[in-house]
Amino acid sequence: MRVQWFCFFLSCLTRRVLRGGAELLFDGIKQHQVTLPNQSNPWDIRQLLVWIRHNLLKERPELFIQGDTVRPGILVLINDADWELMGELDYQLEDKDNIVFISTLHGG
Amino acid sequence: MPVNCSSCEERRAVLRRPKTGHSLCKDCFFHAFEEEIHHTIVSAKLFNPGEKVGIGASGGKDSTVLAHVLKVLNERYAYGLDLILVSVDEGISGYRDDSLETVKRNQQQYELPLKIVSYQELYGWTMDQIVKQVGLKNNCTFCGVFRRQALDRGAMMLGVNKICTGHNADDIAETVLMNFLRGDIARLRRCTSITTGSEGAIPRCKPLKYAYEKEIVLYAYFKKLDYFSTECIYSPNAYRGHARAFLKDLEAIRPSSIMDIIHSGENLSVKEDVRMPVQGTCTRCGYISSQSLCKACVLLEGLNRGLPKLGIGKHHKLHHKLLSQEPLSEQEERKLKAVDF
Repeated sequence: MRVQWFCFFLSCLTRRVLRGGAELLFDGIKQHQVTLPNQSNPWDIRQLLVWIRHNLLKERPELFIQGDTVRPGILVLINDADWELMGELDYQLEDKDNIVFISTLHGG
Repeated sequence: MPVNCSSCEERRAVLRRPKTGHSLCKDCFFHAFEEEIHHTIVSAKLFNPGEKVGIGASGGKDSTVLAHVLKVLNERYAYGLDLILVSVDEGISGYRDDSLETVKRNQQQYELPLKIVSYQELYGWTMDQIVKQVGLKNNCTFCGVFRRQALDRGAMMLGVNKICTGHNADDIAETVLMNFLRGDIARLRRCTSITTGSEGAIPRCKPLKYAYEKEIVLYAYFKKLDYFSTECIYSPNAYRGHARAFLKDLEAIRPSSIMDIIHSGENLSVKEDVRMPVQGTCTRCGYISSQSLCKACVLLEGLNRGLPKLGIGKHHKLHHKLLSQEPLSEQEERKLKAVDF
């Protein structure tokens, strides 16, 4: 299996979220394009994680989410930049954003 | 809220380095990452010009980045090394066969020769067959012991001077922690050395010893390197998993923890009167061993006799019987046959 990236297309407008690595958690699907429901406040990463947990995670959510954030060891890229530079959980999603989750917890 | 690169101050930063806290753009990150590995290689005098160096290649992120960076640095700084990829085929269908395909593509991409050694050819057993006999409890012991020797034997067939492996800073910190938790002082002492096993065995080195896993993964991602990322289907090594999760929790709070643990490991001084095993050679296969029979030979004997627990735990007292081909008593056999699944 080669590394590919998950992408979710988020609703109202089109937003994309990508992820790579532990695709087994997501029913073997590596790439999601999802549409997020409209809401009055803008979506942020914190809410997106909750949404992913309820809508996409098929089993063992603890391998992806710990508390209200991703499990340590999972890297998050927002539009190809480290989320640590983008405000992490507080980053507000915009139209056509790409979010990549990469698990580093695999063997080398 | 894009942040600018703290080095060139022009381009958009793409990551925050866990080691230094700097925010760097792609190009400055590639440069810093490669230069640090160059620095590690030069300051630890890992290689000499004209040497033939085997790169342990699994197709995973670490060894793929290692092969790529060594190839780049060998050309940039004229190390004068003859690089070869060495892969071990453990015979795990659905896992290793796929990752070996990745290594074969890497061979093309980096234009490096590739040698694959298999458990089947070296030991007459694939991991799939071993798991069938021993179950899922101690299979990682077999695999670990066999892999270590297999890489050495592959390297010997190729006549390489050194083997380098993709162990990164997170791996080393994890190993320090594990050896500490298990009270394995002999391993604790040597696990942080950048080069090991110069006597007898082919020396091994770890050029990525100070490279953080996060940076390795992002280097591979931004360079679009072709690597394989799936857990071994037989893997769950629970103890190591806990150590790793603990380390990642620490890193999330304080990224320097990884370097700090390595630093502690490097600077521990072991009491003089701690009994260290004496290195000798295996009387059967000639591989380095602290016992008269090396671990691989004992494990193999167990498999071939249908007594898979022979190599699990301590059965040194039986070694003379194995060497002289004496039969084991019924009681001994019974103890070694029981396999818990």
